[in-house]
Amino acid sequence: MIKYITLLFVLFSMPLMAIEVYDFENREQEALYQQLAKELRCLVCQNQNLADSDAGLAKDLKDQVAEFVIAGQNADTIKQYMVDRYGDFVTYDPPMNASTVFLWFSPLVVFLIGGLILFLNIRKKHHE
Amino acid sequence: MKKAFIALIPLTVFLILIVLLFVNLSTHNEVLPSPLIGKKIPAFEHPTLYSNKTLNQDDFKGEPWLLNVFGSWCPSCQYEHPLVTALANSGRIKVIGLNWKDEAEDADRWLKRWGDPYHEILVDFEGDTAINLGVYGAPETFLIDADGTIVYKISGVLTQKNIQQELLPLIDQLSDREVSL
Repeated sequence: MIKYITLLFVLFSMPLMAIEVYDFENREQEALYQQLAKELRCLVCQNQNLADSDAGLAKDLKDQVAEFVIAGQNADTIKQYMVDRYGDFVTYDPPMNASTVFLWFSPLVVFLIGGLILFLNIRKKHHE
Repeated sequence: MKKAFIALIPLTVFLILIVLLFVNLSTHNEVLPSPLIGKKIPAFEHPTLYSNKTLNQDDFKGEPWLLNVFGSWCPSCQYEHPLVTALANSGRIKVIGLNWKDEAEDADRWLKRWGDPYHEILVDFEGDTAINLGVYGAPETFLIDADGTIVYKISGVLTQKNIQQELLPLIDQLSDREVSL
């Protein structure tokens, strides 16, 4: 019985073992690495982040990120390193500039239109 | 009448969205603008595949050159290879290969089979220089001037069209500048 239970545990622990192993010095470093791998985009499969991607380049970039993390670099420096090479596209956090104004403000515009419709409707109901 | 008009708004918005998405489908491309244009080529030092040398960015100063990122594992590189060869043979520009993440034997076999048009071939086995250059897929081609500044980049395959319309005019400009200096 115990044998089967052990086997079950081993089988279900397989997906966990598929994670890349780096020699981080502490938990903070590992957390920073995980955070960056989620925030940086895979350039090959552009709708995936580095953490989810199995592309060769994503692996290289993850190695690079891990290397920087172990060397004690902070998140901003590492992200800037990637942006300097791959452009703003590599982060999921686009900076505000002429080409991203629409991206940043379109939700606000939609919100204002919705508010206006709501306001007009309420006023109309009030008058009736 | 007014009710009917209002009822049509969601449908109209939906149709506009469909049109926008459809336009995006045909115009969208995955080519990313390189932030490195106008900047110096990042420092590198690589062994060469054949000439048994170790070269760095300064070894290429003095004349404009093309850096063609390729690998034997890359089918598109084979596709563009005749055009790279023609460009190198035309003598209009020095063409350097960057053999990206490739085994030397595989690269050698590939070059023996399809021809080796390169002036020198740098071996970037780890892919460090590729990362420094913002390479995200082979082939990619960089045009670099005599001072080591990156002038232009083509992501993806070279074609008759982008060679004629984009690369050659820039190459001519760079050569003119050199002559007038």
